Amino acid sequence: MTTEYAGLAGWTPAALPVPGEVRPVVSAPDPVLSRPGPEVDPTSDEIVRLAADLIATMRVSPGCVGLAAPQVGVGVQVFAVDVTGHPKAVTVHGTFVLCNARVVEATRWKSGREGCMSVPDLTGDVKRASRLVVEGLLPGSGAPVRLVTDGFEARALQHEIDHCHGLLFLDRVAGAHAIYQRKVYQ
Amino acid sequence: MSELAITVIGRDRPGIVADVAEVLARLGANLTDSTMTRLRGHFAMTLICVGPAAADVEAALSPLAADGQLLATVRAVTPDGAAAPAGEPYVLAVHGADRMGIVAAMTRVLTDAGGNVTDLSTRLTGSLYVVVAEVDLPPGTFDEVAGRLARTAAELGVGVSLRPADTDLL
Repeated sequence: MTTEYAGLAGWTPAALPVPGEVRPVVSAPDPVLSRPGPEVDPTSDEIVRLAADLIATMRVSPGCVGLAAPQVGVGVQVFAVDVTGHPKAVTVHGTFVLCNARVVEATRWKSGREGCMSVPDLTGDVKRASRLVVEGLLPGSGAPVRLVTDGFEARALQHEIDHCHGLLFLDRVAGAHAIYQRKVYQ
Repeated sequence: MSELAITVIGRDRPGIVADVAEVLARLGANLTDSTMTRLRGHFAMTLICVGPAAADVEAALSPLAADGQLLATVRAVTPDGAAAPAGEPYVLAVHGADRMGIVAAMTRVLTDAGGNVTDLSTRLTGSLYVVVAEVDLPPGTFDEVAGRLARTAAELGVGVSLRPADTDLL
């Protein structure tokens, strides 16, 4: 069977039939962040609620451009991304949630400094593809989606897909001197 | 011409690098390889320099250590040039809840496999302990080493990843 992939086709969080609730964000070394998550049924009530909660939690977290289910303590392959308005973003697909997402094409690798809400005190230099094709399923309808993106949104997608597979940016840093204490300016 | 290994560590304050480098420059000591960083409020320097006798450098650095805030050691070493890389370069990352013996257990796996750690740093932040190491492994040992590291990490309750070091030749 060939799956017909479409774009996001105007999908918005309003497509989710439930309002999201803010969930607490867990930090490393919580083991849920290091365990690969299983695939999910994107049409199940539980996953639809999780999708809405991920968006709600992302919304209330300053500077947050993506949040994966393991970060709210649920070790499954679901994440939300929204890089709207970010100065480094070029292609922007708005707010969306993907289930069981996988990278199908990754090119133009570039290094960049990355942080993570679940590793609040450290940042690190990580090489990511700046041209990316990702396939996944929308929560609710379960519709298959193929996203072509670049730059900062591509980086955010790879970071969140890594979370779904139990990987943190710490697992991808370039070397022994590529992690940094996050600077606190007062 | 002697080669010296020098370490300086002390409570961080502005001017440690300038003070030490000035002493070395005055003695005609040529600073070659070095790392200098701040570790939990202490400033640590490890340097190799070439030139004067160890006793002269020790004497010249002693005023800096006089207030008890800095500790400097100087040792003559045998210059034996750069060692050829012993294998294929990889980056090891370990992260998890802090506990005794993480570095010991993980590096022992590397050593037992004939690997060599060439660079390593650790960070403790809250209860999160992070180790990132660069390591040379003998060709053909990656799968076995990765498996052993995963088993050791599971025993310690930490996460581990081992991946080839990325080298861009331009």
